[in-house]
Amino acid sequence: MSEAIAASGAPALLRVENLSVRFRTDRGMVRAVDGVSLHVHAGETLAIVGESGSGKSVTALSLLRLIGDNGEIEQGRILFDGVDLGRLSGAEMRKVRGNRIAMIFQEPMSSLNPVLTIGKQVAEPLVLHQGLSWQAARKRAVELLARVSIPDPVDRLDSYPHHFSGGMRQRVMIAMALACDPKLIIADEPTTALDVTVQAQILALLKALTRETGAAQILITHDLGVVARYADRVAVMYGGRVIESASARELYANPKHPYTQGLMASVPSLDSDPGRPLQTIPGQPPDLANLPPGCAFAPRCAYARDLCRQGKPPLESIGPQHERACYGYE
Amino acid sequence: MSESAVAQAATAAADPAAGDPLLQVDDLKVHFPVTEGLLKRQVGTIKAVDGVSFKLARGETFSLVGESGCGKSTTALAVLRMQTVTAGRILFEGVDVTHHSAARMRPIRRRMQMVYQDPFGSLNPRMKVSAIIGEPLVIHGLAGDREAHRARIRELMALVGLLPDMADRYPHEFSGGQRQRIGIARSLALDPSLLVCDEPVSALDVSIQAQVVNLMMDLQRRLGLTYLFIAHDLSVVRHISNRVAVMYLGRIVEIADRDVLFNAPKHPYTEALLAAVPVANPEIEANRAQQIIKGEVPSVRNPPSGCHFHPRCVHAMPRCRVESPALRPRDDGRLIACHLYD
Repeated sequence: MSEAIAASGAPALLRVENLSVRFRTDRGMVRAVDGVSLHVHAGETLAIVGESGSGKSVTALSLLRLIGDNGEIEQGRILFDGVDLGRLSGAEMRKVRGNRIAMIFQEPMSSLNPVLTIGKQVAEPLVLHQGLSWQAARKRAVELLARVSIPDPVDRLDSYPHHFSGGMRQRVMIAMALACDPKLIIADEPTTALDVTVQAQILALLKALTRETGAAQILITHDLGVVARYADRVAVMYGGRVIESASARELYANPKHPYTQGLMASVPSLDSDPGRPLQTIPGQPPDLANLPPGCAFAPRCAYARDLCRQGKPPLESIGPQHERACYGYE
Repeated sequence: MSESAVAQAATAAADPAAGDPLLQVDDLKVHFPVTEGLLKRQVGTIKAVDGVSFKLARGETFSLVGESGCGKSTTALAVLRMQTVTAGRILFEGVDVTHHSAARMRPIRRRMQMVYQDPFGSLNPRMKVSAIIGEPLVIHGLAGDREAHRARIRELMALVGLLPDMADRYPHEFSGGQRQRIGIARSLALDPSLLVCDEPVSALDVSIQAQVVNLMMDLQRRLGLTYLFIAHDLSVVRHISNRVAVMYLGRIVEIADRDVLFNAPKHPYTEALLAAVPVANPEIEANRAQQIIKGEVPSVRNPPSGCHFHPRCVHAMPRCRVESPALRPRDDGRLIACHLYD
C-alpha cells in the first residue's frame, strides 16, 4: 500500500525535515530529538519504533508543539499539508491540534477529565473547532461513539470515565480524535496499558477508521508484533535519531542497520524456535544526557570502527524506499 | 478400567509432575469479601482464584497466563503463602503448607522465593547492592562470619553476571536490566528450589529482555531451579516454558505442554488469546485470518454464570450458560475445561 502511495508521486501529508528538540533538565541540556526527518502520506500508517529514550514520543509531541516550557525546537521544519507548523502562532496551532491533527495517548484514564461526562468531552471539540451548537454536537457524539463500537451510545453520553473499562476509555479517546475528521492521527503507545485481546480490537478499529477516512496515522510503539500487523512503513529510532526506515515488509525481511538486526533477533516470537538462547544486544540503551560523540549505537555495535565513534552517520538511501544511518559493515 | 482410573492414567500422561511434584496445588480458592457501609456488612464475594489445581515437576518452567483479573498473580502469592487461602491445599516438597503459621513457614520460605516485575520499586534505594543481595541471609541467620558473607555475595553477583566491584553501589546507579539481575541474585541467596517470577521481564526494554530471559534459562539449568512463571507476553512464555496453564476469571481453562498449546490451542479462549497476539513478521500477519474476539474480560466482582467465557465465546451452547465445565484430561494429554470437548 505504501509503495503505491509513494509511487503515485503525491506530496506527503506530513514532512518533517531535520528536526531537533532539546530540553533543559537538572542534568543540563538534553537533546532528545537530533536531526529527525520523516514523512507520512494520506491513508498510510507509519510506525515509529524504539526503546525508552529513543526519542519516539518526543518526536510525536514536537509535531504538535506539546513539549512544555523546558523544551525547545532548535531547528527543523514540520510541513503539514503545505503549511510550516513551526511558523504558526499559538492560536493558529490550537486550530490544528485536535482538529486537523489528533493525538491518542497511552493512558486513557489520565487523558480523560474524570469530572466531565463522556458526552461533554466528545462534544467539546466539535463546539470549539467546528462551531456546532451543544445540541448538534451531542447528536454527533452519539454517532461517533457508535462508530467506535461503544454499545448503547445514547445512554453512555451521561456516564463518567470511571464507569468505563480501559478498552472502552480508549474507544472514547478514539471517538474524540475522530470528532473533527483529522487528516493525521498520532497514536502514542495506544494499547500498551490494555489486555492483548482488547489491544487487537483497538488497533483493528484504528486501522479500519484510517482506511475509511483516508487519514494518515503515526503509530508509536515498542512492540515489533504490533508494527508487523498494522504498519505500512516503519522508522526505527535510537538515541534521538532515525537509524533506519523502510516499508514494513522490507524492514523485517531485510533489516540493514545493526541495531534493527539485533532488535529483530532478540525478540522471541510465536513463530520462533523456543528454548534456544535468544540473541542479545550487549550493553544498555543510551543515556540521552550522555551520548557518545559518534553513532549512538557504536558502543553496542559488533561492527563499530573508529569512524563510527567520531561522526554521526547520516540517513541515506540504500534501496527503493529503504534508508539507513550507518557507515556500513558490508 | 474404571472411569476414574482412565482419568488418572490420562492425567499421568498429561502431567510430567505426577510422580514427585515439587509443588502441588489442589482446588485452590482465594476469595475476598466485598463489604459496604460503616458496619462493613458483607454484600458479596470476589472469587479471585476459584478452584485452581496444577503440579510443578522439579526443574520445569510452568507458566500461568491470562489477562487482567484472571487470578494469575493472586495464585502465585497464595502459593508463597503471602496471600490468605480460602480453601484448597498447597503441597510444597511433599509438605502440606496450606495452614502453616508464619514461624513454621519461615524455613520453607528459604526454598521458595519471588522475582518481582518492577526492578525500580522492589529494591531499597538506600541500601548498597551488597546489602540488598545479602539481606535474606542475614534475616534467616545464615550470614556466617564477615568474610564468608562477603564471599557468598560475590558468588551470587558473579552468578547473575554482575561484576563484584559493583557491590558498594546503590540501585539508582544501575540500569533496569542490571537491577533485575540484582533482584534475581537476592532471590537466589537462600538456595531456593522454586522461584515464583511475576512478570520478570515486562518492565524491561526489548533489547534487555532477551538478556534476562537467557540468564533465567541458564540459571535454571545450572541450579536445577523450578519456575512458576507469570506473564502476559505470550511470546516470552512460549520461549521459556515447558507447560502452560491459561486462566480466565479465576479458573484454569486449559493446561498443556508448550508445543501442544501453542501449535493447536483447543479452548476457545486460548484460541482467541493466541490469535490476538501479533507475530513480528508482516508476511505471516498479512496471511493470517484475523478473527478478533468480541467484548472485554468481565468484572471479577460479577462474573458470568456457567462457563465464565460463554458471553464472548463463538461456540457457546445453552449448557455453557448454566453449567461450569470441569477441567478434564483429553486424549492428547492436555486438560481442558470446555463443554465442546465433553
